[in-house]
Amino acid sequence: MPLISLRDVTKSYPPSRRGGDVVHAVDGLTLDIEAGDIYGIIGYSGAGKSTLVRLINALEHATSGSILVDGDEVTRMKERELRRLRLGIGMIFQQFNLFTSKTVAGNVAYPLEVAKTPRRDIAPRVAELLDFVGLSDKARNYPEQLSGGQKQRVGIARALATSPRILLADEATSALDPETTHEVLELLKRVNTEFGVTIVVITHEMDVIQTLATKVAVMDGGRIVEQGDVFDVFSKPTEASSQRFVSTVVRGVPSATELTALRQRHPGRIVTLSFRDGNTSQGAVFSDLARAGVAFDLIYGGINDIRGRVFGHLTLALTGDADAVDRALATIATKVDATEAPSHG
Amino acid sequence: MDDLIPLLPKLWQASYETLYIVGLSLIFGGLGGLLLGLGLYTTRSNSLFSNRPVFGVLNVLVNVFRPIPFIIFLAAAQPLARFVTGTGIGNTAIIFTLSLAAAFGISRIVEQNLLTVQPGVIEAARSVGASRSRIMLTLLIPEALGPLILGYTFIVVALVDMSAVAGYVGGGGLGTFAIQYGYRQFHPVVTWAAVLVIIVIVQLVQFLGNYLARKALRR
Repeated sequence: MPLISLRDVTKSYPPSRRGGDVVHAVDGLTLDIEAGDIYGIIGYSGAGKSTLVRLINALEHATSGSILVDGDEVTRMKERELRRLRLGIGMIFQQFNLFTSKTVAGNVAYPLEVAKTPRRDIAPRVAELLDFVGLSDKARNYPEQLSGGQKQRVGIARALATSPRILLADEATSALDPETTHEVLELLKRVNTEFGVTIVVITHEMDVIQTLATKVAVMDGGRIVEQGDVFDVFSKPTEASSQRFVSTVVRGVPSATELTALRQRHPGRIVTLSFRDGNTSQGAVFSDLARAGVAFDLIYGGINDIRGRVFGHLTLALTGDADAVDRALATIATKVDATEAPSHG
Repeated sequence: MDDLIPLLPKLWQASYETLYIVGLSLIFGGLGGLLLGLGLYTTRSNSLFSNRPVFGVLNVLVNVFRPIPFIIFLAAAQPLARFVTGTGIGNTAIIFTLSLAAAFGISRIVEQNLLTVQPGVIEAARSVGASRSRIMLTLLIPEALGPLILGYTFIVVALVDMSAVAGYVGGGGLGTFAIQYGYRQFHPVVTWAAVLVIIVIVQLVQFLGNYLARKALRR
């Protein structure tokens, strides 16, 4: 049984002004997250990601549908039960949301106080957590004395204080620079492997999914439009809206405007080839083209690595005898995915 | 100066009475204002205890009473003061009325300062399972403590100002002293002496308030 299971969940907000439309932030969404997963949810801003993650710990209440966490129906819980549920679900935030009136140690101790942990057990637990996130020397500092990365590490320590089974990360690295992002992602990986915490990661950053997630769902308009293995979804998205999103975050596929610019600079037919997992070598394709007497220029491209599996896109401008080009395209289409850009875009 | 020297014991007595009136009004009015302000903050939409009707009632109540000039409020609330404290005149009556008037003013200051607390901080506390009343007591007030101290400092100065009209209902203090012995008897030096004491009180209060706020804000 999945650890988190959403069935046909809708969250609507009343119109912001009289006569306005009801806003469906989450619209009939179904999703299963297995224990131990690092589940990435990715999409444009406004896709409903933040609302979705808040439905899991009931910071937002679903308008309809069923939400099961560890087999318990969240949507029917009373305030008291919700508080117990939340002790088992940690959460970290884009803006860290540390308590400015408390020290680092005070921040980490707060969930333990809420959980009525015996006073003598709190200090050792706080020390243990600060050691895990590498901030033992900052226990008595206040949040404003920390860098962004350190703040998020305190956020992680606080979220883990009550040993939750689930950690929700809402754009947890979006306010951090690339290097700090990397550190925080490595820390989250350890949270998953060392403590077996199931992590739900909301992000609009491809890198986060690429280095962290084991599974991914693409969200658009309050629904999951595509989900599955990270490599599959990013190397070969099947739904139009996930293709649109993936093409904005994956290197290598020219956008419509870039394509127009490329066409002005390069004569001939423009074809984008997609390679996955090294099952066809690029060299084989290039020699096919050469054999057919077709000249080509490499005009756009990129290679992506997802946890050691590689996929890439190369865009070529093909010139030569029209029949020869046709034949060459037919040949290479049997080996790789070839998409020809329409000649007048 | 010769006018002032025989009046010095009365000036000290008046200073003491002002501090007494302001001090007690700050305690009662400050507490009432804190509760009313918490009520305003927590019942507004998207807050901890969102409740549109309750917020509406509190909001109108504060808006009705806060703008009444204190000297008129003092007269209008006299029957209420007599009902609650047993007397409509003197320092006890003025402390009651001043506390009541101050509570409405303080409630707005409390509300405004609580609104400076980042909503994300409240959300973080909810996400670890804290109850709403725990958040209110152990988080909301500490998070806003610095600005709250400055707000209350502002109110103490306003209370000194308002307490000066105590003489109209037979109360004492520096206002009564300045009018009775200075203004009415054509002794400007006596009036100025009262002014000087008030300036000293206000400066000390502001100094203390700034110091405490700086400590709370750690800067």
